[in-house]
Amino acid sequence: MDGNASTPRFPLPSEIADAPGAEGWRSMYPYFTRFQPEDDKRFWFYNSMHFPEPMPAFDTITAEVPYSAIGANTARLFVFPTTLGIEHRIVNGRVYITANPVTDPDEIGRRAAIFAERAGYYYENWDTLYQGWKIRIKGLIDEITSITVPELPEFDDAAVITESRGVAQNHYVRENFHRCIDLFSVMWHHHTEFLMLGYGAYVVFFQFCKQAFPEISDQAVARMVAGIDVIMYRPDDELRGLARLAVEAGVADLFTEGCSPPAVLAALAERGEGGQRWLSAFERARDPWFNVSTGDGFYHHHRSWADDLTVPFAALPRYVAQVRDGMLADRPTEALRAERDRIASSYRDLLGSDEEKAAFDQMLGLCRVVFPYVEDHKFYCEHWFTSQFFARIREFGALLARSGVLAEAEDVFQLHHTEVDQALSDVMLAWAAGAPPVGAAHFRPIVAERKRILEALRGWSPPPALGPVPEALNDPAVHMLWGVTQTTIEAWLRPSEGEIRGVGASSGVVEGPARVLTEVNQIGEVRDGEILVCPVTAPSWAPVFGKIRAAVSDIGGSMSHAAIVAREYGMPAVVGTGDATKRISTGQRVRVDGDRGIVQVIA
Amino acid sequence: MTQLFTCWTAEVGAADAARAGGKAAALGELARAGLPVPRGFVITTAAFLSHMDGVDPDGAARGALGALAADDLAGISRAAAGLRGRVVAAGLPPEVASEIAPACAALGEGPVAVRSSATLEDSAEASFAGLQDTYLAVRGTDAVLDRVRACWASLYNDESVAYRRRQGIGEDGLAMGVVVQRMLNPRSAGVMFTRSPVTGDRSVVAIEGTWGLGSALVGGEVTPDSFTVSKVTGEITGRRVGVKLRVHSFTPNGQGISASPMPFALRRSACLSDDEARALAQTGRQVEDHYGAPQDIEWALLGDSPCHPALHADFADRIVLLQSRPETVWAARDRAPIASPQVKASDHVLARFRRAL
Repeated sequence: MDGNASTPRFPLPSEIADAPGAEGWRSMYPYFTRFQPEDDKRFWFYNSMHFPEPMPAFDTITAEVPYSAIGANTARLFVFPTTLGIEHRIVNGRVYITANPVTDPDEIGRRAAIFAERAGYYYENWDTLYQGWKIRIKGLIDEITSITVPELPEFDDAAVITESRGVAQNHYVRENFHRCIDLFSVMWHHHTEFLMLGYGAYVVFFQFCKQAFPEISDQAVARMVAGIDVIMYRPDDELRGLARLAVEAGVADLFTEGCSPPAVLAALAERGEGGQRWLSAFERARDPWFNVSTGDGFYHHHRSWADDLTVPFAALPRYVAQVRDGMLADRPTEALRAERDRIASSYRDLLGSDEEKAAFDQMLGLCRVVFPYVEDHKFYCEHWFTSQFFARIREFGALLARSGVLAEAEDVFQLHHTEVDQALSDVMLAWAAGAPPVGAAHFRPIVAERKRILEALRGWSPPPALGPVPEALNDPAVHMLWGVTQTTIEAWLRPSEGEIRGVGASSGVVEGPARVLTEVNQIGEVRDGEILVCPVTAPSWAPVFGKIRAAVSDIGGSMSHAAIVAREYGMPAVVGTGDATKRISTGQRVRVDGDRGIVQVIA
Repeated sequence: MTQLFTCWTAEVGAADAARAGGKAAALGELARAGLPVPRGFVITTAAFLSHMDGVDPDGAARGALGALAADDLAGISRAAAGLRGRVVAAGLPPEVASEIAPACAALGEGPVAVRSSATLEDSAEASFAGLQDTYLAVRGTDAVLDRVRACWASLYNDESVAYRRRQGIGEDGLAMGVVVQRMLNPRSAGVMFTRSPVTGDRSVVAIEGTWGLGSALVGGEVTPDSFTVSKVTGEITGRRVGVKLRVHSFTPNGQGISASPMPFALRRSACLSDDEARALAQTGRQVEDHYGAPQDIEWALLGDSPCHPALHADFADRIVLLQSRPETVWAARDRAPIASPQVKASDHVLARFRRAL
């Protein structure tokens, strides 16, 4: 946004200087993520939705693998007529992306013929294929959960001899690590399997509604399509159930504000039959429903509820108090379903002709077929599978720490997966040779330096976009997934004082004191009537929605978690603001306009 | 009260335009449908015709007006002014005056609004808002009788006559009713369309309003606040607060209304809360449902005067409707269907992906 005042523009990739104190950042990332000179000619935008923080070296796998999978899906498998894949680059730790369009009409026609056959097959058989998908994904989850890290004892297991297996433990260090990486890739290929087709059906319905009802809000369209029994609500539902059981089993007194999860669990074991009943219900709920990450599944440090019980235990005391007061209500699923159907039939009634009504029925019907996937895949992929994936990598980190290559298990995430491969080779060789690994001298300084660089990168404010402003940007998928439109680009070019713009995700206008949270385990700090300002919300944030008056997030579009939950609670929400958590401080009075997507700091 | 020359507003309905004029018929229809309208009575077209029997017994003046060429604006102006002068100057037939006076008394103390209600309210003329006169804050029976004649005379406003000549509408059979209503002292007032006037979207109600009497808005003296409310979800999808520099109000004892500078604190503050906008939209929707077609409605919101706004006043029963007529601009436009059913639902998506995303 340098340049002269009359024509604001975005910086070119080549104009970005290294963040102060972070000069060595390039060594953290693979060469293919660096901006090339010819990249200056294209428009890139910061993918703050998936990557709101600087990338630790290992976590770049959450960009590399998904983009490899989604591009393959659109460009090579389904052969989408007008779009190839997405390219990504990393600068100062931040992930920028651009979409590759197909513009030649002949080429579009050639691709469209193939696309019609392949996409048609999936749409025609969606339910059957999706049932199969769930079984395959569950298989992948089971496999990633069961992967073990070899112990590397002094003498290998006798069974290797008696069963004449012939392969020693150190081999499985690499094989099992590779299997983790491979499974992560397979999971992402399946993640993208239905994604673009699912969103495609939604985009078509969305655009029809916008044409028929030019003033309809994005969220009204979303409400016609939204599922009711969405898996995303299940973790929170489980917590409510546990709160009820705590009261019923006479152990409610243990759940107090600020209680420590290990202390509560230990005390429950001493509380006879009631305590046992609660503990076994807790174990049933925990697997799988506590496999929800506190982020969106793109960073190793966004731990799951299962990893870090402070998050669910921060919500439990409030739910327990509500049960005691008779105030804890179930989600009114019947009323929600009736309201969804009322909205859809009201819009249908307002259409001009029977022809349009018939087309509306087809489009809405298709959306409702595809939406279970759109809404539920994140739980299976980004939450459940990915929580287990990072847990396995952490176990390999523990092996590297035990063998002295790293100072602690968590340091494994400061290495790219190919570097982890090297470190594991070192450990395998050392075990075989009977000598200590040599990696400590090599990797420990690298890890220390990268931690320092990451801290320095945190202070850098990434421009929302780079490169020349495109003449037209009407990619509905980019709009749906990232909330980026021509209007967004205009707002990026001309930021205004005291006004923070995002996507209006749930309607209404309210004012109140802000509560800025950067970590989900701070949710205990939220007071009734505050306005939540947070980087991103995930299913694990649901408990906080009972307290707040409005939600504001740095990232997310009209289909993001915060948007969906806010609509259900009927509270205003503005998502995808980019930097609300930086521009608002706790205690400031803010006005949230969920209709126009604007947040104003009043005092 | 039904008599020859007067009746209560609620005693007429949509079918009575010939007897009561279009505006009175519409107000009566609203009242019959249980919608809130000010209490008032109608002076029927029979009263007008009786008056004209005295003013222009053989119809010669009206006939001459009808014979003028559409482009003879000077002639129209001269002849129309002459006829208006006679309508205003002639005494009311005693049998008419003797019905109006007790009706005024039955309406009670306090100022009234005297509003023209022409029989020729075809869509295009209706959209010529303000061609026929309305008099606000009229006090005393004598003043009412004067304003009734002024309303009748407004049938011969230059613009109305010129419009009829251009449209080839004859002068025969024209008549004018008058509505006399208790004068409201609204906190806010304005208009609403039960479809978007900008895009034609039928799923929203578009509301415009200002503090005080709606005449400031209708007369174009303020940039009104505007709200767009979804009929389906109640969401407010558009909200723009105008800069309202003038306010129309009336004094407790004087005749008529006055325009004055808007109190500073109100100029940039919204004249409706979100809940009030939603309640208005809901009422608008009831009117639309009653008529089965989008409507163009004048509304007022009762409450404390603009200088002492009670923003959180109980509003639910305080919405009053002053006029409703069919929306005509978009109703006249035919739109090609934006989509038609396909063999398979997925064909919609396949076709969409052929175009650049």
